[in-house]
Amino acid sequence: MPIFNAPTDDIKFVLHEILKCETLSALPGYEDASADLIDQIIDEGSKLCQEELFPLNQSGDEEGCHFDNGTVTTPKGFQQAYDLFTEGGWVGLSCDPEYGGMGLPQLVNFVMQEIISAANMSFGMYPGLSQGAYDAIHLHGSDEQKALYLPKIIEGKWSGTMNLTEPHCGTDLGLIRTKADPAPDEDGAYLITGSKIYISAGEHDLTENIVHLVLARLPDAPEGVKGISLFVVPKFLPKEDNGDWTIGERNGVSCGSIEKKMGIKASATCVMNYENAKGWLVGAPHKGLRAMFTMMNAARLGVGMQGLGMGEIAYQNAVAFAKDRLQMRALDGTKYPDKPADPIIVHPDVRKMLMTGKAFTEGARALSYWVGMQLDISEKHPDPAKREEAEELVALLTPIIKAYQTDMGSDVANMAVQVHGGHGFIWEYGVEQYVRDARIAQIYEGTNGIQALDLVGRKMSKKYGRLLRRFFHPLAAYIEKTQSDEALQEFVFPLAKAFAKLQQATVMIATKGLKDPNEAGAASTDYLRMFALVAMGYMWLQMAEKAQENLAGDAGEKTEFYETKLQTARFFFQKMLPETDARFKTILAGADSVMSLKAEAF
Amino acid sequence: MKILVPVKRVIDAYVKIRVKLDETGVETQNVKMSMNPFCEIAVEEAIRLKEAGKADEVVAVSAGPDACQETLRTALAIGADKAIHIQTDADLQPLAIAKLLKGVAESENPDLIILGKQAIDGDNNQTGQMLSALLGWPQGTFISSLDIEDDSIVITREIDGGLQTLRLNRPAVLTTDLRLNEPRYPSLPNMMKAKKKPIDTTTPETLGVDVSPRFETLKVSEPPAREAGVKVDSVDALIDKLKNEAKVI
Ligand SMILES: Cc1cc2nc3c(=O)[nH]c(=O)nc-3n(C[C@H](O)[C@H](O)[C@H](O)COP(=O)(O)OP(=O)(O)OC[C@H]3O[C@@H](n4cnc5c(N)ncnc54)[C@H](O)[C@@H]3O)c2cc1C
Repeated sequence: MPIFNAPTDDIKFVLHEILKCETLSALPGYEDASADLIDQIIDEGSKLCQEELFPLNQSGDEEGCHFDNGTVTTPKGFQQAYDLFTEGGWVGLSCDPEYGGMGLPQLVNFVMQEIISAANMSFGMYPGLSQGAYDAIHLHGSDEQKALYLPKIIEGKWSGTMNLTEPHCGTDLGLIRTKADPAPDEDGAYLITGSKIYISAGEHDLTENIVHLVLARLPDAPEGVKGISLFVVPKFLPKEDNGDWTIGERNGVSCGSIEKKMGIKASATCVMNYENAKGWLVGAPHKGLRAMFTMMNAARLGVGMQGLGMGEIAYQNAVAFAKDRLQMRALDGTKYPDKPADPIIVHPDVRKMLMTGKAFTEGARALSYWVGMQLDISEKHPDPAKREEAEELVALLTPIIKAYQTDMGSDVANMAVQVHGGHGFIWEYGVEQYVRDARIAQIYEGTNGIQALDLVGRKMSKKYGRLLRRFFHPLAAYIEKTQSDEALQEFVFPLAKAFAKLQQATVMIATKGLKDPNEAGAASTDYLRMFALVAMGYMWLQMAEKAQENLAGDAGEKTEFYETKLQTARFFFQKMLPETDARFKTILAGADSVMSLKAEAF
Repeated sequence: MKILVPVKRVIDAYVKIRVKLDETGVETQNVKMSMNPFCEIAVEEAIRLKEAGKADEVVAVSAGPDACQETLRTALAIGADKAIHIQTDADLQPLAIAKLLKGVAESENPDLIILGKQAIDGDNNQTGQMLSALLGWPQGTFISSLDIEDDSIVITREIDGGLQTLRLNRPAVLTTDLRLNEPRYPSLPNMMKAKKKPIDTTTPETLGVDVSPRFETLKVSEPPAREAGVKVDSVDALIDKLKNEAKVI
């Protein structure tokens, strides 16, 4: 039986000691976000996830969702867990208090997304998609739409979906065919017709209504991405009842089937058929994709948190197994003579996998929480210059967090299987599920290949490289500041070298890419990984500095915690950061060997 | 009606307990702490009475170091109206706690005090009984149901022989058993509201209580590891072992 304990000590270390998250309470709207409230929320949220969501993770995987003639039933226990979750107010954690939300920082929501994903990624999809629908309406909807839908979504009585993908288009949304015609007799309504596939939470039994956000084309729409509009299409048409909204007639949208799939089996992935379904335009006509992109950062970062959560749960179970499983003796001599063999945690290869999991999860936690905090600053800071600066940093680091954290979440899940040996391959032990569940996060919300293109194609050149400078300048200054500190040199020097190579690679890709875009394309995933490792190094250096500072004083009962941090930092700089060298070399080698083969030669 | 609910901060129920190397106690450093599960049930019951309109005010109280305020915040988040923290770093034994609670009861004048039947750290199962004796109030221990009538209360107790139903006069001291209710998770809005609720502090000195321990702990050690069992091949062999080896029959 797998185990899960939310890593609250490490979470609080990052929140308070590295990020000083309580400074957020100085921002207008976040006055309540004191350190002790944030800690209490994380503790209580962890308890809910550990006691209610985690026990449903394996059973949900085994049972999956059921489809019967248009109706979808979630696995046993999901309804009760969903009710506990929504009654606790967790859907509205970071939502606008005007519509019943708690108005807490996005950062706290990020922390909860990590914990929820680790406990039960499938379950997290349902409130996660509601969050997406909430954001779309909150940012782009009319006042009437907000007043109608947002309170219901926040309460969890209605859930949300995002309908982008169609059978012939996922990445290339310019090809969308679903159409929206003005409804003949109703003011402002449209009739939506078309077919969407792979729609998460498209149909299920957890809520009385489902609010679909659908991309479709108006009759006069220009070709391609400039002709796509966003519509809200409720499963049941809302009906006014004594100043509140309830559900009325069934709308013309139905679930055609659900997919049998590799992972997240308790999350319903639906084919959605729209036949003259009534919908209402959200935002301006033909600006649907733009509307989607404004909320993309939060959604992509959310997927990055899924990667981290999967890494964490996989790592925890790998450690538990490695301490328990007795097999062979340590190479340098028996460690536990009273046992028939040593626990496998003594073996270097096993350790390397465990250390990789540890260094990844702790580093990525710091990195993604930092960006989560920047997202809050970008939304709430009174100074527009500060808002812009934070926004640019978030925009730059979003594709990096999405792709790197989901790639590594998968890798660590695979390592957890490897640590388990044959047991890892067996369902009952729980870890093979993490491999299957983690896999999708590399694909949806823009595949990781597309994230890399976003980084080199859009973010790198945007505003003449200003986004890059938002990261490069503070990092350069920090290296400058710390390099004279002898105790930190073992960390600063490798980071400074990797950073220099990253800057070199940046210039190279920018110049070569201008002449031949395939050069930039072929380098993109290597570049993203290099960038991610340097960003992780930036975080690990800060954590190492903090740990040393605390150990220099009297760290008391936390001495072991900080010593462990330092050791893990050492592993990161010695064993993980050097991957930047290899990536640099492959970037240097250019696109030719990738592109020269004719398609027929494959 | 006013209800006083004492709550204790203990090592979290899911943490694996480790005995300190010097055998002076159990490891509490760097260990996750939570509200004693039986106390959670007590808070839950008090809040349910309030929600049912049978109680007007619920006051949570905890004795111990500053960190106890976290436990009180949890009680406030579940729904208590205010909290009292009896600040002390002393090692508190049941009699000392009962005396402190008596002091609080005398100033708060509750109609009912609901405690957990025991705390999962010491498993003493004494504080409620001692408190009732000190106050001279009736006691209903290990309750699995509770009904409030005009000036009395009807409770069901879980006892060895089955269930016992009693009617008690108010004020009274009650202690909760596991089956009384299933405590809720504090909701986000209630956690935020709890921040604005008051926590009063007092001390053993103010309450005039001498909390110095009456017992001295000589040594705390792990229970002996369980030895592997043996299979017996007949009923007679089993009876023989029970009689002569285990000496239980
Ligand atoms: C379980 C699950 C849940 C999902 N949930 C939702 C949902 O709720 N809502 C929704 O709308 N969609 C959802 N999707 C769809 C998902 O977002 C798409 O599958 C994804 O965007 C990829 O699109 P595609 O499958 O059409 O792949 P394609 O676009 O066909 O891509 C195939 C491959 O080509 C690569 N590729 C494509 N174009 C380029 C390019 N220009 N440069 C480099 N490489 C390129 C891709 O990276 C990928 O490797 C879900 C999918 C799954 C499996």
